[in-house]
Amino acid sequence: MLSVETRTAVGALRLEVELTVEPGECLALAGPSGAGKTSVLRVAAGLLRPAEGRVRANGETWLDTAKGLDVPAERRRCGYVFQDYALFPHLSAWQNVAYALRGLGRRERRGRALELLERLGLGDRAEARPASLSGGERQRVALARAVARDPDVLLLDEPLSALDARTRAAAARELAEVLRGTESPSLLVTHDFGEAAQLGNRVGIIDAGRIVQEGTPSELAAAPRSAFVADFTGAVVLTGTARPGNDGLTHVGLDGGGEVASVDRGDGPVAVSVYPWEIAIEPAGEPRHGSAQNRLGVEVLSVTAIGNRVRLGLAGPQPLAAEVTQAAADALGLRPGANVTASWKAAATRLVAR
Amino acid sequence: MRRGGWFGIVLALCLALALTFLTVPVAAIFAHSTPRDLVSTLGDRSSLDALWLSLRTTAVSMAIILAVGTPAAYLLATRSFRGKALVVTLVELPLVLPPAVAGIALLAAVGPSGILGGAVDAAGIELSFTTAGVVVALTFVSSPFYVRQAMAAFAAVDRSLLDASRTLGASEARGFLRVVIPVALPGLASGAALALGRALGEFGATLMFAGSFRGVTQTVPLAIYDRFSTDFDAALALSAVLVAVSAAILLAVKLVQGGAALGGWQAE
Repeated sequence: MLSVETRTAVGALRLEVELTVEPGECLALAGPSGAGKTSVLRVAAGLLRPAEGRVRANGETWLDTAKGLDVPAERRRCGYVFQDYALFPHLSAWQNVAYALRGLGRRERRGRALELLERLGLGDRAEARPASLSGGERQRVALARAVARDPDVLLLDEPLSALDARTRAAAARELAEVLRGTESPSLLVTHDFGEAAQLGNRVGIIDAGRIVQEGTPSELAAAPRSAFVADFTGAVVLTGTARPGNDGLTHVGLDGGGEVASVDRGDGPVAVSVYPWEIAIEPAGEPRHGSAQNRLGVEVLSVTAIGNRVRLGLAGPQPLAAEVTQAAADALGLRPGANVTASWKAAATRLVAR
Repeated sequence: MRRGGWFGIVLALCLALALTFLTVPVAAIFAHSTPRDLVSTLGDRSSLDALWLSLRTTAVSMAIILAVGTPAAYLLATRSFRGKALVVTLVELPLVLPPAVAGIALLAAVGPSGILGGAVDAAGIELSFTTAGVVVALTFVSSPFYVRQAMAAFAAVDRSLLDASRTLGASEARGFLRVVIPVALPGLASGAALALGRALGEFGATLMFAGSFRGVTQTVPLAIYDRFSTDFDAALALSAVLVAVSAAILLAVKLVQGGAALGGWQAE
């Protein structure tokens, strides 16, 4: 088990974080840059000493500022994957991995390093220097190096952000597999909620030095506790003023015009969130049919194909985004400038007070 | 044709001018001294003594500079503390000191009647007008060239490499030796080359502090000056030898750096 508690100033940021990760579990901290994600990892690894804090891993205390205890980074058993991987440029892939394996003979170190690289599918790149490895290969060398010492804790700083979009999907699948296979607790930070949801058993949303909400990815997406979390999980966030209606729904007058309804309770200024894939698109002027309570007339601004779906940028009273299938986009003849109606159910509409 | 224009011509002319100015005097040394002169110079006992003394004293002072200057430069490059700017300035001061002033300063400090002269004497060390004095003079004037360059080289090493080394169980000292120095090596080598060139060519401070005694303190530059008024050809030939040695050092450093760059990790 890993537990980190820290209260400290990092530059202008006030970092106040408390978290626990169980063995075999991966906690993904997701948040925008500057939220203090990396600082949490550095505190855990002993690379940053907080004014106040406690770090415990595997039953050992690594840091307890109240007792003046601070185990130096080199004696904490942490596997750390750095954001830019921090591979040693003058050493080959296997030598990078073997750097972690001290106290063994040269032949044994080489054997262990090659075995680890082999397991990550890099057996034939063992002699290559980092500069001649691709981004995905570097990421795997960094991972092999981090786990080489059998660490008590695995720390990963944006392990996929240095990769191009094509490599990232495959690398994420591999990484998820490695994380599932490790028995030690893992702490991962990322600025991407999708990545956090894919890699973490639990996700903590971190903003301005604090974990604002923690839960499984689906819990966070289904019940965001703040507009920030809703926005971060990829929802469309609209602002408006709520009043309870006599139909049992909450009606929200949107800033800039239009009204939507939600099954959530609310009164006064609120943030309305809905996921882009909950929003349906109909030709403008069609009479209302079906169960969608919320309808807004919008103009299509952009049409972007992402795999087998299409993301639409929409201009209404406030900007919106919707996701539809390619077939639906073709059938509706969606192109920038088209006027359409965006509709979604009151049941898919989340409200949080502002 | 418009692309270069008059500005391109100005650039090319300036380069041509600089190149001519910098290479003609060096080429002239070799134009004057035939290979036979060179061989006969090297056959001359006192010239050989001067060359051997120069190489010995330069090697010893380079060893001192590297051993002490490398960790000192690392400290200055990686730690911040009060008065650091002042410390850096003091370390770099000998760079701008006229050699004659450096010689006087050394005499005033560790010369027979210098402020530390008594202590040096009591330790049983004789510096002024001895070979050891030459080493002191060379070290004094050339170490800032190395320390300055080494500081820049260490500052350019990505901090996360040392962090990574620590999370892999290596102490800072081990990371310094196994990661930081190898990664900074091209920069350290060019600093060492600058210091070496400065030490080999040292004249003023050595003359003031150690004098010019054949076989004891007369390094190649002093020997050249000594010959200059009596035997210009011998002075030329000795100069040619010094040019050859210096050029060889410069070439060796370029090869070290080129090799590292070819390895592809310098640009990382």
